[in-house]
Amino acid sequence: MQKKIDEAQVRKVAKLARLELNDKEVEEFAGQLSAILDYVARMNELDTNDVEPLAHCLPIHNVFREDTIKESLGTEKTLANAPQQDGSFFKVPKILEEPS
Amino acid sequence: MNQLSAKELRDKIKAGEIKSVEATKAVFERIAKVEPTVGAYISIFEEQALAKAAQVDKRIAGGEKVGELAGLPVAVKDNMCTTFGTTTCASKILANFHAPYNATVVEKLLSSDAIIAGKTNLDEFAMGSSTENSGLKRTVNPWDIERVPGGSSGGSAAGLAAGLCFAALGSDTGGSIRLPASFCGVVGLKPTYGRVSRYGLVAYGSSLDQIGPVTQTVEDCALMMNVIAGYDPADSTSVDEKTAPLCDYLAKLDEPVKGLKIGIAPKFNAGADEQVRKAIDEAINTYRNLGAAIIEIDMPHFDYAIAAYYMVATAEASSNLSRYDGVHYGHRTRNPNDYIEVYTKSRAEGFGKEVKRRIMLGTYALSSGYYDAYYLKALKVRNLIRGDFVSVFEKCDCIMMPVSPTTAFKMGEKLDDPLKMYLSDIYTIAVNLAGIPGISIPCGFDDKNLPIGLQILAPAFGEENLLRIARMYEKQTDWHRKRPNLNG
Repeated sequence: MQKKIDEAQVRKVAKLARLELNDKEVEEFAGQLSAILDYVARMNELDTNDVEPLAHCLPIHNVFREDTIKESLGTEKTLANAPQQDGSFFKVPKILEEPS
Repeated sequence: MNQLSAKELRDKIKAGEIKSVEATKAVFERIAKVEPTVGAYISIFEEQALAKAAQVDKRIAGGEKVGELAGLPVAVKDNMCTTFGTTTCASKILANFHAPYNATVVEKLLSSDAIIAGKTNLDEFAMGSSTENSGLKRTVNPWDIERVPGGSSGGSAAGLAAGLCFAALGSDTGGSIRLPASFCGVVGLKPTYGRVSRYGLVAYGSSLDQIGPVTQTVEDCALMMNVIAGYDPADSTSVDEKTAPLCDYLAKLDEPVKGLKIGIAPKFNAGADEQVRKAIDEAINTYRNLGAAIIEIDMPHFDYAIAAYYMVATAEASSNLSRYDGVHYGHRTRNPNDYIEVYTKSRAEGFGKEVKRRIMLGTYALSSGYYDAYYLKALKVRNLIRGDFVSVFEKCDCIMMPVSPTTAFKMGEKLDDPLKMYLSDIYTIAVNLAGIPGISIPCGFDDKNLPIGLQILAPAFGEENLLRIARMYEKQTDWHRKRPNLNG
């Protein structure tokens, strides 16, 4: 856990995060993220074997509601902010290759 | 008129002594004068604001019932959705985003007859402590324009301090209301997690984010809380009134809390600058003179709060910000070679450095092989920190400490060292991890005439007491009446 994050790891994480980074950013992030992770490692001073993880600070219970039909946003409003759309759908570049 | 608090102005408008149109015009005149220097707003709505003000005036003149914030010019942080104007989060990726609905708090402001003057600048996606991470503009501290206003709700705090609105909303994930309030010499409250609806607040760290007021006085803060607090079926994490009853925060505001017990952690406070410490000690003395008992407390896990926070918050951020995919809304790269590049390039072009850094950190903390060591560990530490508060609040009604170890720092001072920037949140962050409420109130100035904030923390849903405690101090002092000398 003390190990710093190297440039190869930065590139791997960037891929997972769907974030294109240039070489300068990769180098910079390797240094900065390592420094932050070094600091974060102080958590290891604490014995947490018998501690439950706390995802939410207050007691939160599931919320149920009647399954009633309500007005929704509608196609026009939903698509209004789309970078590309054709009036009914969001448009994106082709995902599947043509069969050869 | 610019000297009036929100509550005073609201009362005068309701009584017909001042027209909302006059107040609103005065705000926009002030904006025309000093906003070019301050840079508090990302967007302003002069025409719409004046029209609404005229309508409110007409209703008052006609003897109609008007809302709690009748005719009051307010500002909203630009990470809360509005159907009018844009909702940018100060990010290039959302620069042209027009929200299809209003955040619940915005609806509440509007139905209380507030006048929304504009939307304020912030660190991009509320990630930062100085507002320097805004992808769209620069906000300065009205007390010293070479210094930062604090962040991330820097536009709300600077705008209010500069007289560009009478009250504002901010959001607080790790100190983002309290820190700028402290740096700009105004009042800022982070309510208990769940007390105010997050519906329509653009998500950063969903288990930590909370909307709250940025105001001139504690009384204004109570007034704003009366409007924005409450259960919202649209936010499944908002707390219903059976669990935590709502109250009229103004009703008992002027009643001092009897037998007040204040917890202080001298060892922890020792990390603050001498002048900050001195101001905090003097503030606590004021309470002592009012009859409060001061109890020394121990917060054994406080020193781990920043570490835990930057794992939890960034993990949540990396997940929340995956929605910016260049497909549904927001920026899309011009000529992607394939659909993967729609994601990778759109995000690379749209996000600023700090946002990228936090997405990277959070993705790393959640990635296979590191999850247990970082994310899970942080959640366990979070539980320990919450436990610290639970045991401390068995002994005292509130905890007092600085908001920040220093007063406002210089622009650029911490920009190249993210860890150094993160450490300015050392006193504010544990509050978000534990979900409890915390307020920053003005308690003095350093030798550079920069404001210092006193932070008061209370148990979950203890806002009523918290505001009363803060009000006790406000009535003894006039720090909250001081305004920066801005030449516009």
